[in-house]
Amino acid sequence: MNSDLIVFLVLSLVSVSSALGMVFSRNAVYSALFLVLNFVTVAVFYLLLGAPFIAMSQITVYAGAIMVLFLFVIMLLGTETISSPTALPWQRPLAVLLAVVLAVESVYLVFARAGSNASISAPDASLNSMESLRGMAMSLFNNFLLPFEITSILLLVAMVGAIVIAKQEKVGQK
Amino acid sequence: MVPVDYYVILSAVLFAIGAMGVLSRRNPLIIFMSIELMLNAGNLAFVAFSNMYKTFNGQIFVFFVIAVAAAEVAVGLALIVEIFKTKKSINIDEMNSLKG
Amino acid sequence: MHLSEAVNSGFFFLAPWLVFAPLAGLLINLIFGRRWSERTVGTVASLASGAAFVVSVLLAYSVSANHGEVMRWRLAEWIHIGTLNLDWTFRMDSLSTTMMLVVSGVGTLIHIYAIGYMHEDVRFKKQEGRFNRFFIFLNLFIAAMMILVSGDSYMMLFVGWEGVGLCSFLLIGFWYEMDTLGRPSWANSNAAKKAFITNRVGDFGFLIAGFLMFWHLGSFQFDAAFKAAPAIAASEPWVITAITLFMLIGVAGKSAQIPLYIWLPDAMAGPTPVSALIHAATMVTAGVYLVTRSAPLYTLVPDAQYIVAMTGAVTAFFAATIAVGQYDIKKVLAYSTISQLGFMVAAVGMGAYVAGMFHLITHAFFKALLFLSAGSVILGMERGHHHAEHAHHDVKPVKAKKAKPASDKSGHETHGHEDHGEVFDPGDMRNMGGLRKTMPVTFWLYMIGTLALAGIFPFAGFWSKDEILLDASLHYRAVYWLLTFAAFLTAFYMGRQVWMVFFGPARHAAAAHAEESPKVMTVPLMVLAGLSVLGGALNLPTMLGVTLPGSHALTEWLGHTLGEVEGGELNLTVAGISTGLALLAILISWLIYGRNPIKAGQADPLKKPLGPVFIGMESKWMIDEIYQAVIINPFRKASEFLADVIDWRFWHDFVHDTVILGTYNWVSEIALNKYSDQKGIDAFANWLGDATQSASATLRKVQNGFVRSYALSVMLGVVAILGYLLLK
Repeated sequence: MNSDLIVFLVLSLVSVSSALGMVFSRNAVYSALFLVLNFVTVAVFYLLLGAPFIAMSQITVYAGAIMVLFLFVIMLLGTETISSPTALPWQRPLAVLLAVVLAVESVYLVFARAGSNASISAPDASLNSMESLRGMAMSLFNNFLLPFEITSILLLVAMVGAIVIAKQEKVGQK
Repeated sequence: MVPVDYYVILSAVLFAIGAMGVLSRRNPLIIFMSIELMLNAGNLAFVAFSNMYKTFNGQIFVFFVIAVAAAEVAVGLALIVEIFKTKKSINIDEMNSLKG
Repeated sequence: MHLSEAVNSGFFFLAPWLVFAPLAGLLINLIFGRRWSERTVGTVASLASGAAFVVSVLLAYSVSANHGEVMRWRLAEWIHIGTLNLDWTFRMDSLSTTMMLVVSGVGTLIHIYAIGYMHEDVRFKKQEGRFNRFFIFLNLFIAAMMILVSGDSYMMLFVGWEGVGLCSFLLIGFWYEMDTLGRPSWANSNAAKKAFITNRVGDFGFLIAGFLMFWHLGSFQFDAAFKAAPAIAASEPWVITAITLFMLIGVAGKSAQIPLYIWLPDAMAGPTPVSALIHAATMVTAGVYLVTRSAPLYTLVPDAQYIVAMTGAVTAFFAATIAVGQYDIKKVLAYSTISQLGFMVAAVGMGAYVAGMFHLITHAFFKALLFLSAGSVILGMERGHHHAEHAHHDVKPVKAKKAKPASDKSGHETHGHEDHGEVFDPGDMRNMGGLRKTMPVTFWLYMIGTLALAGIFPFAGFWSKDEILLDASLHYRAVYWLLTFAAFLTAFYMGRQVWMVFFGPARHAAAAHAEESPKVMTVPLMVLAGLSVLGGALNLPTMLGVTLPGSHALTEWLGHTLGEVEGGELNLTVAGISTGLALLAILISWLIYGRNPIKAGQADPLKKPLGPVFIGMESKWMIDEIYQAVIINPFRKASEFLADVIDWRFWHDFVHDTVILGTYNWVSEIALNKYSDQKGIDAFANWLGDATQSASATLRKVQNGFVRSYALSVMLGVVAILGYLLLK
């Protein structure tokens, strides 16, 4: 039992319980807040795995920007809860059952194939610094330059698309 | 020392929880959040394997996933707002025009 | 290709455009013609034909630059089965390019003329929409004729041969719902059918010849067949004789020789440009071209040559006698055409291929000129009639409506004076007279054509006819005398026609008010007139021992293909006899018709002295009636017997209805319908349908429209597949 493992176990407990809380809370605002918590714990995992840049992106983009957008929409629409009786009564028990089966299968799969005893050590100081960022940047702007540029176009398209969709009604009125 | 298997198992569990959310909830916003959770689970596995193989490719994939997810959220939320404007409700049980 | 390169290697690559150019014109008019004005449609068609002429000139130039060597241009693969190897190949040698030049050259002039002619024709016949159709047909004809003359094998020639036959049918029956006078009747379409069916008889002969050729000579390709022929002629001479004689049947059909000439006079039902282009200048000469093309075969069998020559000579004489007794201006020319075709066939039968081709060319010039002038005369009469009617305030709104239904005698025109006043026939020479004053341009053009046809020195017809007569005098006496007498009659009937049409007093108000035709019609006629005057220069003989420069040009040119290089010589005796007889005939015709012009309603002055002979000439020797009695009526009776008794009563009523159907009904009623069908097959089919319906009614509940329910199915699938992979 080293310290890494302890941190991992505690954080994974927080992570799983916040995920469950997200799924099962009645109020959508609570769900969003649980998801923020989940994202933060996953960001810590990224740090443990020696990926500081991804961790920072996770915090700023996911936990920051995206979740704020979610909260904004929830509050804008005022649809925190939906109380009407469901049209598919057997959907929820089946969903839970299938999710459990899926999780069990996945875990079993990992154990059944436990040939690799590779383990993840705490990142050393050099990796968890500018070196990691430099290596990633070199890779991103050399090998993945084209996908990177395409991603920027994708974001532009998404932005234009979102504006067009949200504006549609006014255009239609004219 | 944390075995890489643990991360993968955690990732699988989070993925299953996300899938459960997608299937069981009726609020499309929560379904959307569950999808984000599933993406996150995938990202976690990516970074874990990236660490295991000592390469940056996994992290770069995650970077792209985050970018795509941001785009997806922007468009998806716009769609939900638009649906709410027209139907005055976002209960997914009321959307069954695909019925044959 | 660069121009200088093209000049060096010849313009042969242009060969397909002989056919494509008129086809392009056809397509353009087919697609856009309805929206365009008459002038545009006519211009497009004329340009298409003119393009073919330009191509022909370039090809002829290339052939001459190539020293008359045969050139082939392979366009596409056609039929390759077993030993039969046919390609779509254009053949360019001096003979085919000569034909191309004549066809496209005369054809283009006639296209231009037709712009003016058809405008008035559709006006008088109250059918505005036909103009475009006419030019489409004309272009189709040029394309088919080009295939005919440029083909490198008998089969390609046959395609063109049938194509021109089709165009002939379409154009003879162009005014299919009326007779030649515009009255509602099936006379014109009957004439078209007559031409088509008579030609089928000839084509049957051609086909048999083709089959024999392929079977015994092993090829349809000209050179290959000719190469194989001498060996066959030595071992099995009857084969070549049979081929050539069956081919003669085809020639008789297409070139209107005895006994299949009967369609050509009726073909005058078509518009006059058609009569000029198809039934005088080009299509009917296809038979002459065929014999000339097959010269290596005919040379091998002198007996067959003699039969060909005699057929031509007898036709020339026989048709000339009929022409003397005709009153319709176009009918006279039609019989004259048959007669002149007889001259050509006689010439090629005697082996005088160059003389035959020479006469073909000059005849194309002056007979096209005569026909087109006759069309001008007819339209002039129409205009005069129109004027006269208006002048007299005679209320006759539509001629066709007032006319009594024509008594349908299978396409016979009803001549006679009882028509007077009721239906005006603008083509009847007895209605004309004195047109010299009202239509001076047409008169002079007609005179040139007449002198050329009559063979008066120095017009084109003199040289070509003289060359044929010279050859005949050297070979066959009988042929020579028949042709000489035919030439005498030719001059006589043409003289009769000119005196009746252009001289004397007008015998009808229409003739008195006749008007000259517009420039678009007369200018092509002037070109043709020029060619009719100068055409003889193509092949001047050696005169009195003097060979002028440029003499024998056609002989040398065609010699590249036909291997006949000896130029003709002017024989003073032969030329003197024919010219003297021609002048004498004109003099006699003047004595009879010119000195005392016949009055309106007067019988032909020849009737009294000649008696039954003239009646025979007038009634065309009753050939049509004999054919009707000997062939058509028995054929009809046999068909009726076969159709009514054998087919209908025996086969249909008895065998099919009673025996087969009855048995079948009985068997099916007893054995199948009651037991196996209703209880076995029907029941199973119904059960299958019901089961499908209920199954689908159940399954469609799955399609509930909730997306998350579908997602659940996907999840189920994922779990199941993963589980299967784990437990495998």
